[in-house]
Amino acid sequence: MASLKDLKNRIASVKATQKITKAMQMVAAAKLRRAQESAEASRPYAERMGAVLSNLASGVQGRDDAPKLMAGTGKEQVHLLLVCTAERGLCGGFNSSIAKLAREHAKKLIAEGKTVKIVTVGKKGFDALKRDLGQHIIEKIELTDKNVEYSSVKQIADKILTMYDEEKFDVCTLFYSKFRSVISQIPTATQIIPATFDAEDDQAAAGENALYDYEPDEQEILETLLPRNISVQIYSAILENAASEQGARMSAMDNATRNAGEMINKLTLSYNRQRQAQITKELIEIISGAEAL
Amino acid sequence: MAETFQFELVSPDRLLLSEAVTAAVVPGSEGEFGVGAGHSPFLSTMRPGVVRATGANGDQHAYFVRGGFADVSASGMTVLAEQAIPMSEIDAAYLDQQIQNAEEDLADAKDDIERQKAALVLSQLQEIKAAL
Repeated sequence: MASLKDLKNRIASVKATQKITKAMQMVAAAKLRRAQESAEASRPYAERMGAVLSNLASGVQGRDDAPKLMAGTGKEQVHLLLVCTAERGLCGGFNSSIAKLAREHAKKLIAEGKTVKIVTVGKKGFDALKRDLGQHIIEKIELTDKNVEYSSVKQIADKILTMYDEEKFDVCTLFYSKFRSVISQIPTATQIIPATFDAEDDQAAAGENALYDYEPDEQEILETLLPRNISVQIYSAILENAASEQGARMSAMDNATRNAGEMINKLTLSYNRQRQAQITKELIEIISGAEAL
Repeated sequence: MAETFQFELVSPDRLLLSEAVTAAVVPGSEGEFGVGAGHSPFLSTMRPGVVRATGANGDQHAYFVRGGFADVSASGMTVLAEQAIPMSEIDAAYLDQQIQNAEEDLADAKDDIERQKAALVLSQLQEIKAAL
């Protein structure tokens, strides 16, 4: 049985931990609001972009001269996985669930005999994947800025596009966590190269498409739009990720704070009990001493 | 009162403007063009320049945009800008900075196509500065 002093120390240390987790929870809550706002603010742009693109794409689809970003390289041999995670840990299952999804995807592709290349964005994704897929990771990008700027994301996108131009991969899939609410973030995989469009959108767009005027021509617009769409998709993925991360951290820290509270209660109870037992013991000793006289 | 249509200006970070307007003027890559209600469906890329829109109650909106594209459809008009800043927040110093960047791009350009592009951006920026 632990001594009274030990128990006292335990209680003090759990209290200190609780203070830290509580503070982290509040910081995450404050950051969450900002991250959520910017994630939501970026959605209209991405949505419009998708709508306009699928509109355009329905006209070009199936044509031989369709841009490579849309038609693909004609092969499916080399897959590039772009895994976006957080820079920091202590946010529950956030990083590991993205890494898990990416790992499963990579394992499946390797089993099919495909070549897998991985680019990680964020330190934690690299840490999680380096052990079993280390030899596939070709690059790790760290987002050191506090707030992600579109221009820094564009650099990542440009890097990927250059690799695509050099035919270093055929298919690119983006992994990130979609923010739904504070308690629910959904790890998601989206194929960004070659571009895919919802069939539903296509049909809706097809009717309108016939009347469209283009300036300059269709082909040229698609060629400028498609690369931009890649960077927009990565950008909104990273913003969603930021919001998800803070949400995950908030609920993880909330749980930790509550656990610490429970632990303190239990420890205090056994501390008091033990103190009481000691007092009783001392009393018995005194009384039996007096009786013996 | 003139007929209105839905006008939206979005940049990757946020939705800047979404309201019913009577007319909009956009710097298309092949020349400025104006859009009124009932315009035929039209899609154009943009060069750096100023997007102007006249609100239903006569308000004037002006935004500096750096490239992007404009989409006019039956349901309204959407301008997707790479970067958009309200004209009221723009001053000569900001433009000077942009011009300096463009000059650096021009100096760094590796081939003729890049040089041409950079020169075009530079001349457009100078035009905007002159108009300010």
